[in-house]
Amino acid sequence: MSNSHDADLVARLQAGDQAAYAQLVEEHAGKIYRLALRLMGNEADAEDVLQETFLSAFKSMDRFEARSSLSTWLYRIASNAALMRLRRKEPEQVSVDEPLERDDGELIPRQLFDFCCLPEEDLLRDEARAELNRAIDELPPSLRSVFVLRDIEGLSTEETAEALDLSVSAVKSRLMRARLKLRERLSLYFSQGPAVTETR
Amino acid sequence: MSATDHHQHDESCRRYLSGLSDYVDGTLSEELCRELEEHMRTCENCRIVVNTLTKTIALYRQIPAPEMPSAVKERLYKVLHLDVYISPSGTPDQPSH
Repeated sequence: MSNSHDADLVARLQAGDQAAYAQLVEEHAGKIYRLALRLMGNEADAEDVLQETFLSAFKSMDRFEARSSLSTWLYRIASNAALMRLRRKEPEQVSVDEPLERDDGELIPRQLFDFCCLPEEDLLRDEARAELNRAIDELPPSLRSVFVLRDIEGLSTEETAEALDLSVSAVKSRLMRARLKLRERLSLYFSQGPAVTETR
Repeated sequence: MSATDHHQHDESCRRYLSGLSDYVDGTLSEELCRELEEHMRTCENCRIVVNTLTKTIALYRQIPAPEMPSAVKERLYKVLHLDVYISPSGTPDQPSH
């Protein structure tokens, strides 16, 4: 979305143009719902986050100063809403399948099954997709939010930092941890799957 | 290599660990990139970690994006008092009055 498009829309929004509000929702609701669903893991909570995001955005539209794009601003409101809810209901858990974590926070990869050699149909079958979703749901919210925005929604490192109110180095560090945890989990899963015995 | 083998990193492997994410993103400095690629030529474990890390990201990017159900969209427009912009098919439209 271009800067001039945003500037024009913001001017109409701040002038109280109802059609501009509908346009904002039409252009951004789909991706905000996707983010909310990925962060919350269920449709009911995702819908709550979606509604809360736009209600909150509408209320604070007068104070929007265009320091970020409308898209990043909405991602930020939605991430905050989702993370607040997750903190209330989901204490961060540690899985036994996590890579070993040293005192300095470095993650040492343990699983060394090279699943890249598996046929694409095995990597993309429904059961594998369900495992991908479970793995992401089980990441701590602080890592899940970075991974979803950066690697799934395709935001840049800087945009992700802005949306989550983190420094660029914190985003990079969390992204690395999220990716390694997911890699570890998928390596273990694919090493034990039926596809392995078929291809050995 | 068995599925349960653990990566026994020596110091040289550990040295590159923190740069792996930047490497798969193509943002690692040219010098470190060259060093890591040189290292991977003789270190199968690091080669597997890099390949599977790249594949992990690619698999997540291949998952189809979930669509917002039309009922969710309709309820959103109602909550925001924008339901006049929803057409009978659930598509936002210009107000009819």
